[in-house]
Formats: sequence, C-alpha cells, structure tokens
Amino acid sequence: MSAIRVLVGTRKGAFVLTSDGKRERWETSGPHFGGWEIYHVKGSPADPDRLYASQSSGWHGQVIQVSKDGGRSWEPAGNKFVYDGVPGTHQWYDGTPHPWEFARVWHLEPSPTDPDTVFAGVEDAALFRSTDGGQNWTELSGLRGHDTGSSWQPGAGGMCLHTILLDPRTPGRMFVAISAAGAFRSDDEGRTWRPVNRGLRSEQIPDADAEVGHCVHRIAMHPARPSVLFMQKHWDVMRSDDAGLSWTEVSGNLPSDFGFPIDVHAHEPDTVYVVPIKSDHEHYPPEGKLRVYRSRTGGGEWEALTRGLPQSDCYVNVLRDAMTVDSLDPCGVYFGTTGGQVYGSRDGGDSWAPIVRDLPAVLSVEVQTLP
Amino acid sequence: MIRVVLPAHLRTLARVEGEVSLEVDGEVTQLSVLDALERRYPMLRGTIRDQVTHRRRAFVRFFAGGEDLSHEPPDAPLPDAVASGQEPLRVVGAMAGGRGTPATARP
Repeated sequence: MSAIRVLVGTRKGAFVLTSDGKRERWETSGPHFGGWEIYHVKGSPADPDRLYASQSSGWHGQVIQVSKDGGRSWEPAGNKFVYDGVPGTHQWYDGTPHPWEFARVWHLEPSPTDPDTVFAGVEDAALFRSTDGGQNWTELSGLRGHDTGSSWQPGAGGMCLHTILLDPRTPGRMFVAISAAGAFRSDDEGRTWRPVNRGLRSEQIPDADAEVGHCVHRIAMHPARPSVLFMQKHWDVMRSDDAGLSWTEVSGNLPSDFGFPIDVHAHEPDTVYVVPIKSDHEHYPPEGKLRVYRSRTGGGEWEALTRGLPQSDCYVNVLRDAMTVDSLDPCGVYFGTTGGQVYGSRDGGDSWAPIVRDLPAVLSVEVQTLP
Repeated sequence: MIRVVLPAHLRTLARVEGEVSLEVDGEVTQLSVLDALERRYPMLRGTIRDQVTHRRRAFVRFFAGGEDLSHEPPDAPLPDAVASGQEPLRVVGAMAGGRGTPATARP
C-alpha cells in the first residue's frame, strides 16, 4: 500500500507527517531543527528518501540540511551562497539602489532525475544550483544579470525567488518567480532568461503593464501540460496557455483575488486551487471564513470549499509555499496556516480535516506519495 | 587549550554539549579561534561570521571576562585569561534577533 509523507516547514522547526494511503491517521515527527526558521523542505522525485531543507535564523544565517533516509536523520550540507561576480544593485523599497545581499533560501527544487542536483531560490533574488547533493552551490547568474535586474524591488517579504518550476516536457525549460520582479523563463537550463509577464497589470508600479516589477506570489503547472501555467499574483489570479508568453486574468467570481498559494490537481489539469485573502494589508480570509476555492474550468469559475474548515472567526494566512497535492486517486490536497494548522483533504478538496494543529506558523508544505 | 562557549542553536548544529576546547596555533585572536572552530566543526561556517568577508554576523556577539569583545579587531590578541584557557570566549546570540535582519554586520 502506498504511503504519504507531508513535509512541513515552520517558523520554529520542521515536521514530518506520515500516513498510509488511506490518509486517515497521521503520525507527527519533529520539531527537527527546533527554533530555526524552516522556509522549505522538499524531497527528490528521483529518490524519495533524499530530502533537502532550508534552515535559517536571524542570528546565524543559512544552513542547508540533507536527509538520505526520508527525514529520520539529517546532515548539514554546504551553505556558501556567493553571488557570481560583483553583485551590483537592485531597487530598494524607496526606489534607491541597494546592493544585492544574500539573506536566505526560500525554495529548494530537487531535480526530477538526479537526487544530487537541486536548485535553490534565494533572497535577494537569485537562482543557485548544486550538483553534489547540496555541498557546493553555484549561481545561475544569467537570471540576476538580466538587463532588468537593477530595477527589481522587494515585496513585503523581501526580494525573494520563491518559485522554481522545471518543465518535464521541454528539455532545458524552467520558470522562476520573484517578488517583486515577476516571472522569468529559461529555455537553456538556466543560462539565459526572459521576463514572461505580458498581460500582468500591477497598479503599485509606475507603468502597470511593465515588463518587470510585478509581485508574483506563486506559479503552478500540471506536469502533463506544462505550457499552461496558473499564477497567484499579489492581486489577480492569472493563466497562461503559451508557457508564460502571455497571461489572462481568471479571477472570475473569487471573493478576493489577493492570495499567496496556487496549485493544480494531480489528475485534472484544469482543476486549480487558491486560498483568497482579503487584501494586501489584511492578511486573513474574507469574512473570517477559511475557504479554499476550486476551479474545474482552468480558472474563471470558482467554488468555495468549506467542509471541515473554520467558517467563523478565522484570521490565519496561507503562505505561498504552503499548499500542495499528492498523486493518489482521489487526489489529496494539503495546506498549512500561519496559525499552525495543516489541513488535508482526501477527496480533491470536497472535505477537509486538520492533520495536525498548533504547530508554529507554517511556512511551507510539500507532500511525497510513496510506493 | 582555548575554551569556547557556543549558543544553544549552534551547539545543536555542531552536535556538542557544553564548552568546546580548541588547539589554536600562534597568537590567540578572534580570527585564529574562529578559524580553529570552523576547521573542527565545518557546519558552523557562515553561522558566526560571513564565509567570504569574515565579518561577524550582526546578531552574534563575543564576550569574555565580563567584557564585550565584539567590536575589537578580529586580529587583536584576545585577553590573557582566554588565551590561557582560564576563561572561555563566549559566542552569544544577541538579545534581539529573528527576522528581517541584515545578513551580516555592517561596518
């Protein structure tokens, strides 16, 4: 029987939640790295026992941890993230130039084919790659060196590269997203990049239709149809049918089109999930009701999923890396909140139950479907 | 032997309990002690000082004998009491810490 392993990063440590394929009873292990911020934990698709974790603190900076036994034991790996060449400047919040400074790793994306290869998205925004299991890191500096790099500016959470999507169909193609620069695509394994933001509109920048400067919160794709992308922007839910070259808004009937995570059903490429949040100032659900919204039409038409979720007095947030899907049938959907709950659905979102509650604020949720 | 007391988070990371004792070659300075510490515990690289510039992280302080040595030059001799092993060099996480902080100490 298959098994499920949910990897949870929180403000004060990592937790590993496991269940058999029924997804009814869960065991919690952790906190791992207690007291440290765990921005992300993710497993290698090529070797599910290989896990990578980003551990950081304001006191002691960045540590990368690697497990080779599915999270039972961990070893610190390399944590030397040095920008290629002279880093130069980007825009600060007030529009003045500010030197590029490494702060932390937001997202780790293991290669689908090689357990030793992993990409890291960092703040201040840059993309790094390790090909030796996280021991040594090299910047793919064509991204930060893009002509527009000096005009990128931080979002409220810092100038972070938070999304890395590896296209499983087109060799060499990958997407990243940066707050607040936007989405970028490479077709040559990360050597060169182009902004892919046409169709995005952001009133917070001088030219609302600019090539870069958009606060993209998250991008998602279905692996069987990687030319279709879904995006949760600062405001607006967007869709691209041409691998990012152009975007159209699909917010439709959402109660708010502000939010952070977005994800796609494992078996239905047009079934998409978001968690509407009231506004960029009020980082909590509209009306105090925690609702996941599901579209079965690839956006545009959305239904509220509420069964098992708090429908009054709920003022938590769901952060951008804190939603994921398993690949069982029916598809499991999982998300974590800043209130420390991790909710799971065993039926594609129709009903929900907390897997665990009262963790530290959840920063990220990933899931592994194990044989 | 030079004695070093690490903050709890770093003791966990380095998998040590209590004080660390180090052999330090030559003059006993912040630089030589941290070099010896990081040679023995490579996982501490980058957690006390920047790996390239060797600048002390902003929220890390160095105390010994009731004195704050954080702002002493890294190559200045540490007090005799530290050099003789009578007193430990205490690496301390600043009272204020946490998020939204600069990655490294500024000059």
